[in-house]
Amino acid sequence: MIESHSQLATYNFAYLDEQTKRMIRRAILKAIAIPGYQVPFASREMPMPYGWGTGGVQVTAAVIGPNDTLKVIDQGADDTTNAVSIRAFFQKVSNVQVTTKTTEATIIQTRHRIPETALQAGQTLVYQVPIPEPLRFLEPRETETRKMHALEEYGLMHVKLYEDIARHGRIATTYAYPVKVEGRYVMDPSPTPKFDNPKMHQSPALQLFGAGREKRIYAIPPYTEVVSLDFEDHPFEIQTFSEPCALCGAKGSYLDEVILDDKGGSMFVCSDTDFCEDRQAEGHRGHLSANPAQAAVNPAEAAE
Amino acid sequence: MRAVTQVYEGGFSDAVFNSQKVFRALMDAMASPGRAIEIGNLAAAPSPISSVAASVAATLFDHDATVWCDKSITSSAAAIGWLKFHTGLELTSNPSDAQFALIGDLETMPSLESFAKGTSEYPDRSTTIILQIDGFNGPEELTLSGPGIKGTQGFAPSQLPKMFVDQWAANRGAFPRGIDLVFAGKGALAALPRTTRISKKEA
Ligand SMILES: [Zn+2]
Repeated sequence: MIESHSQLATYNFAYLDEQTKRMIRRAILKAIAIPGYQVPFASREMPMPYGWGTGGVQVTAAVIGPNDTLKVIDQGADDTTNAVSIRAFFQKVSNVQVTTKTTEATIIQTRHRIPETALQAGQTLVYQVPIPEPLRFLEPRETETRKMHALEEYGLMHVKLYEDIARHGRIATTYAYPVKVEGRYVMDPSPTPKFDNPKMHQSPALQLFGAGREKRIYAIPPYTEVVSLDFEDHPFEIQTFSEPCALCGAKGSYLDEVILDDKGGSMFVCSDTDFCEDRQAEGHRGHLSANPAQAAVNPAEAAE
Repeated sequence: MRAVTQVYEGGFSDAVFNSQKVFRALMDAMASPGRAIEIGNLAAAPSPISSVAASVAATLFDHDATVWCDKSITSSAAAIGWLKFHTGLELTSNPSDAQFALIGDLETMPSLESFAKGTSEYPDRSTTIILQIDGFNGPEELTLSGPGIKGTQGFAPSQLPKMFVDQWAANRGAFPRGIDLVFAGKGALAALPRTTRISKKEA
């Protein structure tokens, strides 16, 4: 967990010392210059465990300044423990403005989702990445995966996807679905649902990826080609949902299943809470929105 | 001892916030090739180092950064003294070993080929060259395209290295290996990452 305010108070702006920031900043500039390539960096200990997104936190800390407005999301939501803790951390160590509104943020740190609202030029999306190497499950040795990237040896990756087709009749990979960036590097988009892959392509926003435990930073500049790997006879497809959001009626947003009772009752609602709340505020209604506040605010209680 | 005070003065007035501001300009510049980004005059180094070049140096250089400086800079003891005092940089006499290069005189600079392009396994181990120029309203406009650019972007630096368009095409052809450029103009900077394609504007 995160250390107390009094312990943090003696640290530099944005927690990291200036030399660490310089090292991370140099890595970020190289990452932008070589889209999709994983730049090694000397990851620092942060006052939170690795699973909490220390890579993303270090990238944000090296980038953030007093004029920024920060949004932090976890699985699309601003109010989960992980998102709340990271947001509170940056409020303490950098005193920046924070927001839950996608449109107001200059920096959005994310675990596992890209906001539904289209990002704009000048915004930076920082991903918390657990495993940056898309070839790792094929080849555990770093020296070998590095060679494979150097030689553009991506045949094994295609074989793995094709095995899915042989087994399931389709590509079954739904998270961390590999992409090719600007026709060169195969890249892991982090465990976002493949639903979000098309949002990475030609995005006006800068996308930065930080993996703390694995000590890698990579990037997709704005207006860059990002293509999900696929086959001519089995083209890439995103998930579709059979019904609209139960609260805001949105069609075409990414939905999470929320359990309503112990008899198997459930509803599907937008995983992007800011997007869903905005739509409800605009008067959009879903089929369960008669009592949206109770269901949305405390689904666990509703399940009892 | 004017030379001595010159060495110690002229650093950032606020190391934390000034370097954050300059870094964000550099990040925006790399993410938006050819676009000039204003940073003002945050640092002041002895001649011939310009204010913007000094700000970039103070933001990116330290004892972990090997830097090659051209003769226009190494021949000024005050300029080198300023860089050492304010950044702690590691100087190298070999451009192909340099993580950064600082060029005061584009006329006499070595070819891009002379600098580090990284390896195919570590293309990030390459030189970022900082070129001091007058500004971004030069007589000839280049048309840029590539990652970071929606459509095309005009770029008219006041000075360019010799045979630049040909040299750059060769650099682009070596991708993912390659060098990256930062142009330090008056009060503003711009960047060309190795991904950028250049075509001369059609008349
Ligand atoms: Zn909704």
